[in-house]
Amino acid sequence: MHVEVDQPKCVASGQCVLMAPDVFDQDDDGIVELLTDRPGPGHRDGVREAAAVCPAAAIRLEEE
Amino acid sequence: MTETLPDAQAQLPEHPMPRAAGCPFDPPPTLRELRSSAPISRVRIWDGTSPWLITRYDHVRALLGDPRVSADPAHGGYPHRNAAMRARERDQRTFITMDDPEHARLRRMVTGPFAIRKMEALRPSVQRLVDDQIDAMLAGPNPADLVTALALPVPSLVICRLLGVPYGDHDLFQRNTQVIVRRTSTPEEVVGATRALTDYLDDLLIVKRKHPEDDLLSTLVTERVDTGGMTQREAARMGVLLLAAGHETTANMITLGTLALLQNPEQLALLRDCPDPGVVAGAVEELLRYLTITHSGRRRVVLDDIEIDGQVLHAGEGLILANDIANRDPEAFPDPDRLDVTRDARRHVAFGYGVHQCLGQPLARVELQAVYGTLYRRVPTLALATDIDRLEFKHDGLVYGVYELPVTW
Repeated sequence: MHVEVDQPKCVASGQCVLMAPDVFDQDDDGIVELLTDRPGPGHRDGVREAAAVCPAAAIRLEEE
Repeated sequence: MTETLPDAQAQLPEHPMPRAAGCPFDPPPTLRELRSSAPISRVRIWDGTSPWLITRYDHVRALLGDPRVSADPAHGGYPHRNAAMRARERDQRTFITMDDPEHARLRRMVTGPFAIRKMEALRPSVQRLVDDQIDAMLAGPNPADLVTALALPVPSLVICRLLGVPYGDHDLFQRNTQVIVRRTSTPEEVVGATRALTDYLDDLLIVKRKHPEDDLLSTLVTERVDTGGMTQREAARMGVLLLAAGHETTANMITLGTLALLQNPEQLALLRDCPDPGVVAGAVEELLRYLTITHSGRRRVVLDDIEIDGQVLHAGEGLILANDIANRDPEAFPDPDRLDVTRDARRHVAFGYGVHQCLGQPLARVELQAVYGTLYRRVPTLALATDIDRLEFKHDGLVYGVYELPVTW
Protein backbone atom coordinates (compact mmCIF):
# COMPACT_ATOMS: atom_id res chain seq x y z
CA MET A 1 0.00 0.00 0.00
CA HIS A 2 1.20 3.48 -0.92
CA VAL A 3 -0.25 6.58 0.84
CA GLU A 4 -0.18 10.22 -0.25
CA VAL A 5 -1.63 13.23 1.55
CA ASP A 6 -2.67 16.56 0.09
CA GLN A 7 -1.80 19.12 2.78
CA PRO A 8 -3.38 22.16 1.06
CA LYS A 9 -6.71 20.28 1.01
CA CYS A 10 -6.50 19.13 4.67
CA VAL A 11 -9.08 20.70 7.04
CA ALA A 12 -7.53 19.29 10.24
CA SER A 13 -10.46 17.15 11.36
CA GLY A 14 -7.84 14.84 12.90
CA GLN A 15 -9.74 11.65 12.19
CA CYS A 16 -6.81 10.07 10.34
CA VAL A 17 -4.70 10.42 13.49
CA LEU A 18 -7.41 8.66 15.50
CA MET A 19 -7.70 5.82 12.99
CA ALA A 20 -4.04 5.27 12.11
CA PRO A 21 -1.80 7.08 14.62
CA ASP A 22 1.31 5.28 13.37
CA VAL A 23 0.80 6.58 9.85
CA PHE A 24 -0.68 10.08 10.27
CA ASP A 25 0.26 12.98 12.51
CA GLN A 26 -0.59 16.70 12.61
CA ASP A 27 1.67 19.76 12.50
CA ASP A 28 1.26 22.80 14.77
CA ASP A 29 -1.71 24.00 12.69
CA GLY A 30 -3.40 20.61 12.85
CA ILE A 31 -2.55 19.85 9.22
CA VAL A 32 -1.86 16.23 8.29
CA GLU A 33 1.71 14.91 8.22
CA LEU A 34 2.62 11.52 6.88
CA LEU A 35 4.83 9.39 9.17
CA THR A 36 5.26 6.67 6.56
CA ASP A 37 4.00 6.39 2.99
CA ARG A 38 4.19 2.57 3.09
CA PRO A 39 2.23 1.40 6.13
CA GLY A 40 2.76 -2.13 7.38
CA PRO A 41 0.01 -4.77 7.13
CA GLY A 42 -1.20 -4.06 10.70
CA HIS A 43 -2.00 -0.43 9.90
CA ARG A 44 -3.67 -0.80 6.51
CA ASP A 45 -7.27 -1.16 7.70
CA GLY A 46 -6.89 2.00 9.76
CA VAL A 47 -5.45 3.85 6.76
CA ARG A 48 -8.35 2.69 4.54
CA GLU A 49 -10.85 3.90 7.16
CA ALA A 50 -8.98 7.20 7.48
CA ALA A 51 -9.14 7.72 3.72
CA ALA A 52 -12.86 6.87 3.75
CA VAL A 53 -13.78 9.36 6.47
CA CYS A 54 -11.42 12.21 5.53
CA PRO A 55 -13.87 15.10 4.94
CA ALA A 56 -11.51 16.83 2.52
CA ALA A 57 -10.60 13.71 0.52
CA ALA A 58 -6.98 14.61 1.24
CA ILE A 59 -5.72 11.02 1.58
CA ARG A 60 -4.94 9.02 -1.56
CA LEU A 61 -4.27 5.30 -1.46
CA GLU A 62 -2.73 2.95 -3.94
CA GLU A 63 -3.15 -0.70 -3.11
CA GLU A 64 -0.23 -2.68 -4.48
CA MET B 1 -34.79 30.98 -7.17
CA THR B 2 -37.19 28.37 -8.52
CA GLU B 3 -38.47 27.11 -11.82
CA THR B 4 -41.44 25.32 -10.31
CA LEU B 5 -44.89 26.61 -11.25
CA PRO B 6 -46.82 28.25 -8.40
CA ASP B 7 -49.45 25.47 -8.28
CA ALA B 8 -46.90 22.71 -8.24
CA GLN B 9 -44.88 24.60 -5.67
CA ALA B 10 -47.82 24.77 -3.28
CA GLN B 11 -47.95 20.97 -3.31
CA LEU B 12 -44.32 20.50 -2.39
CA PRO B 13 -43.62 19.08 1.04
CA GLU B 14 -42.88 21.75 3.60
CA HIS B 15 -39.46 21.79 5.28
CA PRO B 16 -38.67 21.39 8.15
CA MET B 17 -41.00 18.47 8.79
CA PRO B 18 -42.42 17.31 12.12
CA ARG B 19 -41.14 14.21 13.88
CA ALA B 20 -43.63 11.45 14.60
CA ALA B 21 -45.29 11.59 18.03
CA GLY B 22 -43.66 9.15 20.41
CA CYS B 23 -40.48 8.83 18.30
CA PRO B 24 -38.30 11.64 19.64
CA PHE B 25 -35.03 10.07 18.43
CA ASP B 26 -36.12 9.39 14.86
CA PRO B 27 -35.99 11.91 12.00
CA PRO B 28 -39.38 12.96 10.55
CA PRO B 29 -41.16 10.09 8.73
CA THR B 30 -41.56 12.27 5.61
CA LEU B 31 -37.79 12.50 5.32
CA ARG B 32 -37.58 8.72 5.34
CA GLU B 33 -40.30 8.42 2.67
CA LEU B 34 -38.54 10.97 0.47
CA ARG B 35 -35.22 9.16 0.81
CA SER B 36 -36.68 5.99 -0.67
CA SER B 37 -39.13 7.53 -3.16
CA ALA B 38 -37.44 10.78 -4.24
CA PRO B 39 -34.00 11.21 -2.65
CA ILE B 40 -33.34 14.40 -4.64
CA SER B 41 -36.54 16.43 -4.54
CA ARG B 42 -37.75 19.95 -4.03
CA VAL B 43 -39.30 21.18 -0.80
CA ARG B 44 -40.94 24.45 0.14
CA ILE B 45 -39.33 26.51 2.91
CA TRP B 46 -40.48 29.43 5.07
CA ASP B 47 -39.75 32.17 2.49
CA GLY B 48 -41.69 30.44 -0.30
CA THR B 49 -38.61 29.24 -2.20
CA SER B 50 -38.11 25.60 -3.16
CA PRO B 51 -34.57 24.32 -2.66
CA TRP B 52 -33.50 20.71 -3.26
CA LEU B 53 -33.66 18.35 -0.31
CA ILE B 54 -30.97 15.68 -0.40
CA THR B 55 -31.63 12.64 1.80
CA ARG B 56 -29.32 9.79 0.71
CA TYR B 57 -26.04 9.28 2.53
CA ASP B 58 -23.88 8.99 -0.61
CA HIS B 59 -25.50 12.08 -2.19
CA VAL B 60 -25.12 14.15 0.98
CA ARG B 61 -21.44 13.26 1.21
CA ALA B 62 -20.79 13.83 -2.48
CA LEU B 63 -22.42 17.28 -2.49
CA LEU B 64 -20.89 18.45 0.80
CA GLY B 65 -17.51 17.55 -0.67
CA ASP B 66 -18.15 19.21 -4.05
CA PRO B 67 -16.29 22.50 -4.71
CA ARG B 68 -19.13 23.59 -7.05
CA VAL B 69 -21.29 23.89 -3.95
CA SER B 70 -21.07 27.05 -1.84
CA ALA B 71 -21.75 27.71 1.85
CA ASP B 72 -21.95 31.46 1.26
CA PRO B 73 -25.46 32.85 1.99
CA ALA B 74 -24.69 35.93 -0.12
CA HIS B 75 -25.34 33.86 -3.28
CA GLY B 76 -28.91 34.08 -4.55
CA GLY B 77 -30.80 30.84 -3.99
CA TYR B 78 -29.13 30.01 -0.66
CA PRO B 79 -31.83 28.40 1.52
CA HIS B 80 -31.79 30.47 4.71
CA ARG B 81 -33.05 28.70 7.83
CA ASN B 82 -35.31 31.58 8.79
CA ALA B 83 -35.58 35.37 8.58
CA ALA B 84 -33.40 35.76 11.66
CA MET B 85 -30.52 33.77 10.20
CA ARG B 86 -30.85 35.63 6.91
CA ALA B 87 -30.57 38.95 8.74
CA ARG B 88 -27.64 37.71 10.80
CA GLU B 89 -25.73 36.21 7.93
CA ARG B 90 -25.29 39.51 6.12
CA ASP B 91 -22.90 41.26 8.46
CA GLN B 92 -21.98 38.77 11.16
CA ARG B 93 -20.23 36.13 9.08
CA THR B 94 -17.67 33.59 10.19
CA PHE B 95 -15.74 31.05 8.14
CA ILE B 96 -18.57 28.52 8.36
CA THR B 97 -20.49 30.57 5.80
CA MET B 98 -17.48 31.38 3.59
CA ASP B 99 -15.91 29.46 0.72
CA ASP B 100 -12.24 28.73 0.11
CA PRO B 101 -9.77 30.35 -0.07
CA GLU B 102 -11.19 32.84 2.49
CA HIS B 103 -12.68 30.02 4.57
CA ALA B 104 -9.39 28.09 4.67
CA ARG B 105 -7.41 31.23 5.57
CA LEU B 106 -9.54 31.89 8.65
CA ARG B 107 -10.21 28.29 9.68
CA ARG B 108 -6.51 27.43 9.66
CA MET B 109 -5.90 30.11 12.26
CA VAL B 110 -7.77 28.01 14.82
CA THR B 111 -7.21 24.41 13.72
CA GLY B 112 -3.96 24.00 15.69
CA PRO B 113 -5.51 24.09 19.18
CA PHE B 114 -7.95 21.30 18.21
CA ALA B 115 -5.23 18.87 17.05
CA ILE B 116 -5.58 15.36 18.48
CA ARG B 117 -2.40 15.64 20.56
CA LYS B 118 -3.70 18.83 22.23
CA MET B 119 -7.04 17.18 22.92
CA GLU B 120 -5.37 14.12 24.45
CA ALA B 121 -3.45 16.46 26.76
CA LEU B 122 -6.76 17.97 27.81
CA ARG B 123 -8.35 14.61 28.64
CA PRO B 124 -7.29 14.39 32.33
CA SER B 125 -8.65 17.85 33.14
CA VAL B 126 -11.92 17.12 31.30
CA GLN B 127 -12.21 13.89 33.29
CA ARG B 128 -11.69 15.79 36.56
CA LEU B 129 -14.34 18.31 35.56
CA VAL B 130 -16.83 15.54 34.80
CA ASP B 131 -16.08 13.84 38.14
CA ASP B 132 -16.43 17.14 40.04
CA GLN B 133 -19.78 17.92 38.40
CA ILE B 134 -21.07 14.41 39.16
CA ASP B 135 -19.88 14.78 42.80
CA ALA B 136 -21.77 18.07 43.05
CA MET B 137 -24.88 16.56 41.48
CA LEU B 138 -24.86 13.59 43.87
CA ALA B 139 -24.39 15.94 46.84
CA GLY B 140 -27.33 18.10 45.74
CA PRO B 141 -31.08 17.55 45.55
CA ASN B 142 -32.42 14.33 44.04
CA PRO B 143 -33.99 14.42 41.44
CA ALA B 144 -31.90 16.92 39.49
CA ASP B 145 -31.97 18.43 36.00
CA LEU B 146 -29.11 16.83 34.08
CA VAL B 147 -28.90 19.86 31.76
CA THR B 148 -27.95 22.30 34.52
CA ALA B 149 -26.16 19.73 36.72
CA LEU B 150 -23.84 18.28 34.10
CA ALA B 151 -24.61 18.69 30.41
CA LEU B 152 -24.28 22.46 30.18
CA PRO B 153 -21.51 23.13 32.76
CA VAL B 154 -19.04 20.50 31.45
CA PRO B 155 -18.63 21.75 27.86
CA SER B 156 -19.03 25.37 29.00
CA LEU B 157 -16.20 25.04 31.51
CA VAL B 158 -14.00 23.25 28.98
CA ILE B 159 -14.49 25.75 26.14
CA CYS B 160 -14.03 28.66 28.59
CA ARG B 161 -10.71 27.25 29.69
CA LEU B 162 -9.59 26.59 26.12
CA LEU B 163 -10.54 30.07 24.91
CA GLY B 164 -9.65 31.96 28.08
CA VAL B 165 -13.21 33.15 28.75
CA PRO B 166 -14.11 33.68 32.45
CA TYR B 167 -16.65 30.98 33.35
CA GLY B 168 -18.30 33.50 35.68
CA ASP B 169 -19.78 35.06 32.53
CA HIS B 170 -21.58 31.84 31.57
CA ASP B 171 -25.04 33.35 32.05
CA LEU B 172 -24.27 35.97 29.42
CA PHE B 173 -22.97 33.62 26.74
CA GLN B 174 -25.39 30.75 27.43
CA ARG B 175 -28.42 33.07 27.34
CA ASN B 176 -27.37 34.79 24.10
CA THR B 177 -26.53 31.46 22.48
CA GLN B 178 -30.02 30.18 23.33
CA VAL B 179 -31.51 33.16 21.48
CA ILE B 180 -29.37 32.45 18.40
CA VAL B 181 -30.21 28.74 18.17
CA ARG B 182 -33.94 29.08 18.83
CA ARG B 183 -35.84 28.97 15.55
CA THR B 184 -38.58 31.20 16.93
CA SER B 185 -36.30 34.16 17.73
CA THR B 186 -37.00 37.31 15.74
CA PRO B 187 -34.33 38.71 13.39
CA GLU B 188 -33.81 41.62 15.82
CA GLU B 189 -33.27 39.23 18.72
CA VAL B 190 -30.75 37.10 16.83
CA VAL B 191 -28.82 40.07 15.48
CA GLY B 192 -28.84 41.64 18.95
CA ALA B 193 -27.66 38.47 20.70
CA THR B 194 -24.91 37.98 18.14
CA ARG B 195 -23.79 41.57 18.54
CA ALA B 196 -23.81 41.29 22.34
CA LEU B 197 -21.59 38.21 22.15
CA THR B 198 -19.26 39.76 19.58
CA ASP B 199 -18.87 42.93 21.67
CA TYR B 200 -18.18 40.79 24.74
CA LEU B 201 -15.45 38.84 22.91
CA ASP B 202 -14.08 42.06 21.41
CA ASP B 203 -13.62 43.52 24.92
CA LEU B 204 -12.06 40.29 26.11
CA LEU B 205 -9.51 40.40 23.26
CA ILE B 206 -8.40 43.85 24.47
CA VAL B 207 -7.85 42.41 27.95
CA LYS B 208 -5.92 39.45 26.47
CA ARG B 209 -3.68 41.81 24.50
CA LYS B 210 -2.66 43.54 27.74
CA HIS B 211 -2.45 40.37 29.81
CA PRO B 212 -1.88 37.42 27.47
CA GLU B 213 -2.31 33.97 28.99
CA ASP B 214 -1.98 30.41 27.74
CA ASP B 215 -5.30 30.33 25.90
CA LEU B 216 -6.72 30.51 22.39
CA LEU B 217 -7.96 34.11 22.55
CA SER B 218 -4.54 35.35 23.72
CA THR B 219 -2.88 33.48 20.85
CA LEU B 220 -5.41 34.87 18.37
CA VAL B 221 -4.87 38.47 19.42
CA THR B 222 -1.08 38.37 19.76
CA GLU B 223 -0.21 36.07 16.85
CA ARG B 224 -2.98 36.78 14.35
CA VAL B 225 -4.60 40.17 14.96
CA ASP B 226 -1.49 42.10 15.98
CA THR B 227 0.50 40.67 13.04
CA GLY B 228 -2.15 41.77 10.54
CA GLY B 229 -3.41 38.25 9.80
CA MET B 230 -6.98 39.13 10.73
CA THR B 231 -8.95 42.05 12.10
CA GLN B 232 -9.94 42.17 15.75
CA ARG B 233 -13.60 42.00 14.77
CA GLU B 234 -12.90 38.82 12.75
CA ALA B 235 -11.20 37.36 15.81
CA ALA B 236 -14.14 38.36 18.01
CA ARG B 237 -16.61 36.74 15.61
CA MET B 238 -14.49 33.60 15.57
CA GLY B 239 -14.49 33.64 19.38
CA VAL B 240 -18.30 33.81 19.36
CA LEU B 241 -18.49 30.85 17.00
CA LEU B 242 -16.13 28.71 19.10
CA LEU B 243 -17.79 29.68 22.38
CA ALA B 244 -21.35 29.09 21.17
CA ALA B 245 -20.70 25.95 19.13
CA GLY B 246 -18.37 24.72 21.87
CA HIS B 247 -21.00 24.39 24.56
CA GLU B 248 -24.48 24.20 23.05
CA THR B 249 -23.96 21.20 20.75
CA THR B 250 -22.08 19.01 23.24
CA ALA B 251 -24.58 19.84 25.99
CA ASN B 252 -27.42 18.56 23.79
CA MET B 253 -25.47 15.39 22.95
CA ILE B 254 -24.91 14.72 26.66
CA THR B 255 -28.61 15.03 27.58
CA LEU B 256 -30.14 13.44 24.50
CA GLY B 257 -27.52 10.66 24.52
CA THR B 258 -28.29 9.90 28.15
CA LEU B 259 -32.01 9.88 27.45
CA ALA B 260 -31.53 7.52 24.49
CA LEU B 261 -29.42 5.18 26.63
CA LEU B 262 -31.95 5.23 29.49
CA GLN B 263 -34.60 4.21 26.95
CA ASN B 264 -32.33 1.43 25.68
CA PRO B 265 -31.12 -0.15 28.95
CA GLU B 266 -29.37 -3.08 27.28
CA GLN B 267 -27.22 -0.59 25.35
CA LEU B 268 -26.58 1.43 28.51
CA ALA B 269 -25.46 -1.79 30.24
CA LEU B 270 -22.95 -2.51 27.47
CA LEU B 271 -21.42 0.92 27.98
CA ARG B 272 -21.56 0.80 31.78
CA ASP B 273 -20.14 -2.68 32.20
CA CYS B 274 -17.24 -2.40 29.77
CA PRO B 275 -14.48 -0.06 30.91
CA ASP B 276 -12.63 -0.35 27.57
CA PRO B 277 -12.08 3.18 26.16
CA GLY B 278 -12.50 1.71 22.67
CA VAL B 279 -16.05 0.62 23.52
CA VAL B 280 -16.87 4.08 24.90
CA ALA B 281 -15.38 5.76 21.81
CA GLY B 282 -17.46 3.50 19.56
CA ALA B 283 -20.60 4.31 21.55
CA VAL B 284 -19.94 8.04 21.12
CA GLU B 285 -19.80 7.64 17.31
CA GLU B 286 -23.00 5.58 17.31
CA LEU B 287 -24.86 8.11 19.46
CA LEU B 288 -23.64 10.93 17.19
CA ARG B 289 -25.00 8.99 14.20
CA TYR B 290 -28.24 7.85 15.80
CA LEU B 291 -29.19 11.24 17.25
CA THR B 292 -27.67 13.63 14.65
CA ILE B 293 -28.70 16.68 16.67
CA THR B 294 -27.81 19.04 13.79
CA HIS B 295 -31.31 18.33 12.47
CA SER B 296 -31.86 21.44 10.34
CA GLY B 297 -29.79 20.08 7.45
CA ARG B 298 -26.60 21.58 6.08
CA ARG B 299 -27.41 24.57 3.83
CA ARG B 300 -25.66 25.20 0.51
CA VAL B 301 -26.17 26.75 -2.92
CA VAL B 302 -25.04 25.40 -6.31
CA LEU B 303 -22.43 27.55 -8.14
CA ASP B 304 -22.08 25.48 -11.34
CA ASP B 305 -24.49 22.91 -12.74
CA ILE B 306 -23.99 19.51 -11.13
CA GLU B 307 -25.38 16.23 -12.43
CA ILE B 308 -26.01 13.70 -9.70
CA ASP B 309 -27.79 10.39 -10.22
CA GLY B 310 -29.37 11.65 -13.46
CA GLN B 311 -30.66 14.86 -11.90
CA VAL B 312 -29.19 18.24 -12.82
CA LEU B 313 -28.85 20.74 -9.99
CA HIS B 314 -28.55 24.14 -11.65
CA ALA B 315 -26.37 27.06 -10.63
CA GLY B 316 -28.26 29.30 -8.24
CA GLU B 317 -30.41 26.51 -6.76
CA GLY B 318 -30.42 25.94 -3.01
CA LEU B 319 -29.54 22.67 -1.29
CA ILE B 320 -30.64 21.30 2.07
CA LEU B 321 -28.42 18.32 2.86
CA ALA B 322 -30.30 16.30 5.47
CA ASN B 323 -27.48 14.67 7.41
CA ASP B 324 -29.92 13.32 10.03
CA ILE B 325 -31.77 11.04 7.60
CA ALA B 326 -28.52 10.32 5.71
CA ASN B 327 -27.21 8.83 8.95
CA ARG B 328 -30.23 6.50 8.92
CA ASP B 329 -29.60 5.33 5.34
CA PRO B 330 -29.68 1.50 5.27
CA GLU B 331 -27.24 1.54 2.34
CA ALA B 332 -24.64 3.05 4.67
CA PHE B 333 -25.68 1.63 8.05
CA PRO B 334 -27.43 -1.77 8.24
CA ASP B 335 -30.56 -1.74 10.43
CA PRO B 336 -30.06 2.03 10.77
CA ASP B 337 -32.91 2.78 13.18
CA ARG B 338 -31.48 0.53 15.84
CA LEU B 339 -29.19 2.09 18.44
CA ASP B 340 -26.26 -0.32 18.57
CA VAL B 341 -23.28 1.00 20.49
CA THR B 342 -21.12 -1.87 19.22
CA ARG B 343 -21.49 -1.03 15.51
CA ASP B 344 -18.79 0.79 13.55
CA ALA B 345 -20.48 4.16 12.97
CA ARG B 346 -17.35 6.18 12.25
CA ARG B 347 -18.45 7.11 8.71
CA HIS B 348 -21.43 9.09 10.00
CA VAL B 349 -22.02 12.67 8.84
CA ALA B 350 -23.25 14.07 12.17
CA PHE B 351 -20.34 16.55 12.10
CA GLY B 352 -21.09 17.31 8.45
CA TYR B 353 -18.65 16.47 5.67
CA GLY B 354 -16.35 18.37 3.32
CA VAL B 355 -14.20 21.37 4.17
CA HIS B 356 -16.77 22.70 6.65
CA GLN B 357 -16.86 19.56 8.77
CA CYS B 358 -16.97 20.46 12.47
CA LEU B 359 -13.75 22.06 13.67
CA GLY B 360 -14.40 21.14 17.31
CA GLN B 361 -15.11 17.44 16.73
CA PRO B 362 -11.93 16.22 18.48
CA LEU B 363 -12.95 18.23 21.57
CA ALA B 364 -16.55 16.98 21.41
CA ARG B 365 -15.26 13.40 21.28
CA VAL B 366 -13.07 13.85 24.36
CA GLU B 367 -15.95 15.46 26.30
CA LEU B 368 -18.56 12.89 25.28
CA GLN B 369 -16.20 9.98 25.95
CA ALA B 370 -15.52 11.37 29.43
CA VAL B 371 -19.23 11.82 30.22
CA TYR B 372 -20.62 8.60 28.67
CA GLY B 373 -17.67 6.65 30.09
CA THR B 374 -18.18 7.98 33.62
CA LEU B 375 -21.78 8.97 34.39
CA TYR B 376 -23.47 5.56 34.10
CA ARG B 377 -20.65 3.76 35.90
CA ARG B 378 -20.60 6.22 38.78
CA VAL B 379 -24.39 6.49 38.96
CA PRO B 380 -25.59 2.99 38.02
CA THR B 381 -29.10 3.69 39.35
CA LEU B 382 -29.55 6.75 37.11
CA ALA B 383 -33.13 6.91 35.85
CA LEU B 384 -35.52 9.35 34.23
CA ALA B 385 -37.46 11.22 36.94
CA THR B 386 -40.46 11.94 34.72
CA ASP B 387 -42.42 10.39 31.91
CA ILE B 388 -40.63 10.72 28.56
CA ASP B 389 -43.83 12.15 27.05
CA ARG B 390 -43.61 15.09 29.45
CA LEU B 391 -40.16 16.17 28.24
CA GLU B 392 -39.93 19.26 26.09
CA PHE B 393 -37.85 18.54 23.00
CA LYS B 394 -36.06 21.24 21.01
CA HIS B 395 -38.18 20.84 17.90
CA ASP B 396 -37.70 24.57 17.37
CA GLY B 397 -33.93 24.51 17.81
CA LEU B 398 -31.20 24.70 15.18
CA VAL B 399 -29.70 21.93 17.29
CA TYR B 400 -31.97 19.19 18.66
CA GLY B 401 -32.15 18.16 22.30
CA VAL B 402 -34.27 18.53 25.42
CA TYR B 403 -34.69 21.69 27.44
CA GLU B 404 -34.61 19.84 30.76
CA LEU B 405 -33.84 16.27 31.71
CA PRO B 406 -35.02 15.43 35.25
CA VAL B 407 -33.07 12.42 36.52
CA THR B 408 -33.02 10.52 39.77
CA TRP B 409 -30.66 7.89 41.25
